[in-house]
Amino acid sequence: MDKNDSFMNMPDDKGHFGPYGGIFVAETLMEALQELRGAYEKYLQDADFLAELDADLQHYVGRPSPIYHAERLSRENGGAQIYLKREDLNHTGAHKVNNTIGQALLAKRMGKTRIIAETGAGQHGVATATVAARLGLECVVYMGEVDVARQEANVYRMRLLGAEVRSVSSGSKTLKDALNEAMRDWVATVDDTFYIIGTVAGPHPYPAMVRDFQAIIGREARQQIQDMTGHLPDALVACVGGGSNAIGLFYPFLDDKEVAIYGVEAAGEGLETGRHAAPLCAGEPGVLHGNRTYLMEDRDGQIIETHSISAGLDYPGVGPEHAWLKDTGRANYVAIDDQEALAAFHRLTRTEGIIPALESSHAIAYGLKLAATMKPDQVVLVNLSGRGDKDMHTVAAIEGIEI
Amino acid sequence: MSRIAERFAALKADGRAALVPFITAGDPHPNITVGLMHDMVEAGADLIELGVPFSDPMADGPVIQRASERALAHHVSLDDVIGMVKTFRQDDPDTPVILMGYLNPVEVMGYAAFARRAAQAGVDGALTVDVPPEEGHDLIQALRDEGLDAIYLAAPTSHRQRLEMIADAATGFIYYVSLKGVTGSANLVLDDVAKKLAEIRAVTDMPLGVGFGIKDAAMAADMAKIADAVVVGSALVSRVEANASKPDKIGAELKQLLQEMRQAMDDAGRESASPS
Repeated sequence: MDKNDSFMNMPDDKGHFGPYGGIFVAETLMEALQELRGAYEKYLQDADFLAELDADLQHYVGRPSPIYHAERLSRENGGAQIYLKREDLNHTGAHKVNNTIGQALLAKRMGKTRIIAETGAGQHGVATATVAARLGLECVVYMGEVDVARQEANVYRMRLLGAEVRSVSSGSKTLKDALNEAMRDWVATVDDTFYIIGTVAGPHPYPAMVRDFQAIIGREARQQIQDMTGHLPDALVACVGGGSNAIGLFYPFLDDKEVAIYGVEAAGEGLETGRHAAPLCAGEPGVLHGNRTYLMEDRDGQIIETHSISAGLDYPGVGPEHAWLKDTGRANYVAIDDQEALAAFHRLTRTEGIIPALESSHAIAYGLKLAATMKPDQVVLVNLSGRGDKDMHTVAAIEGIEI
Repeated sequence: MSRIAERFAALKADGRAALVPFITAGDPHPNITVGLMHDMVEAGADLIELGVPFSDPMADGPVIQRASERALAHHVSLDDVIGMVKTFRQDDPDTPVILMGYLNPVEVMGYAAFARRAAQAGVDGALTVDVPPEEGHDLIQALRDEGLDAIYLAAPTSHRQRLEMIADAATGFIYYVSLKGVTGSANLVLDDVAKKLAEIRAVTDMPLGVGFGIKDAAMAADMAKIADAVVVGSALVSRVEANASKPDKIGAELKQLLQEMRQAMDDAGRESASPS
């Protein structure tokens, strides 16, 4: 393929994915971002660094994660064969650790002694606290007050791991406010502190760097699915909050034009209600958290509150590369509401004995819909980005059960 | 010459530093903002920075974030803020006003529409905190087309190459963020600020304002000896917050602090100007 036709040579030198991405932060952060960019560009070419990263991913995380043919689910559903990329089997239970391992090793090489992170569902916070514990780094995790309440188990896990969890009570008290607060911490502490962003958003180089650490998902999957089925899949499906598990799966397939790509946003109580978290499906381009991308905003440009049953998708922005993939038409973005996600959660649990995270349940739900419209010899590869243990309380509460 | 340049030229001729108060428009209620602007001018303000409320003020500390939240409770929009400046201008044709805020509300309005409406209302410049020079080209152009100044921040971490880029992008004055951290932080070290201002002066002749961490008259006086403008924000906004439930007292509170600062700055100016 001509290099100019490739979807894999973004971002440009300024961190732009077409009109999206970039660096929209106060001057106080520019130097820190340049230092980070320098380190990222250097170490992603450094054989020692990459060998250490690979070894950790293999021996500590448990990679490669398997691909599983959900035969019973596929048969009951009818249509295409559904395969699951099992990121739920990673250490700490989700794809998040692929990135935190990478960024923490980078922090160590840069001589930083303190790690900060933001978290929504708590999965990224747990994955950050985990690697900080292992490397002996001080760790502070910012988490919205609302999320602290609905993800108690993960808060306790982070504290067990030695992290300090700081509850954020400003704004909507969720992920976006935790991110604001982490940025504020970083502005004042850049000398010794590394900020591990958990998704493919934020100012350059974060969207590119997090994608590069998560792309192991797609690289493995591209090989595994061909080994198992003899060809590339017909479609990829992954949930999109900030979009890190999705871009991790999609990126190595972007130039395989015969592979259809679907990102699944959270429709919450329904796109028509306005109570959702689907900026790509129902938002407008704007600037938030250091990058230009699709946002949930009002007509004055204020960021509005999002709604989703899954804390990990409850974010008003989305990674800029997804914004670009949407506009170019290379990927399709769709939305699944709370009820559909819950139904898929139960269905996968009962038919395959796999309890998915509520985030991943959105991808399962759309994968099932899509597969039903396809032929039995076709393949839909769904990213099972995390396991549902953390969601036991949420699901039980909906059913009126107290655990 | 722009109103901002004129004002700095006049102050320089007098050997005085500018006192630049910041308040968030619409905090605690949109009805009182214009009155507060006049009060601040009466108390000795030379230029006013008017904060445009934003839901996610990432570079601000908790004091100014809460000011945004109070204003947004009344749905104060960028358009409303421009309207406040228009009303202010009817009675004050001279005091420069700059809008300080974040890009997204401007992005939604459109750069050209924003610049046109702001200029027509009598706004003199804009400081969009989250737009570094690298991303600023189109916005700066739109502002310049309407004769507005694009104010830029410089930080303790900005090295020479960045300072040159900032000096190229900025007009009006450069706002030096005097410490690492968000607005309202502590620990300002005068010698460090003086050293950095000298570095900035090596790349530009533009007036230099200093802000972030200036809490009282003594600090304002110290800064007035080394900078062309002293920006005070969180200290004022804290007083607004403390009196949010009795808004008729806010004007007097702000005037008191500004008068103390003005007096101390002018005394310090006379001391350093007198032969020793």
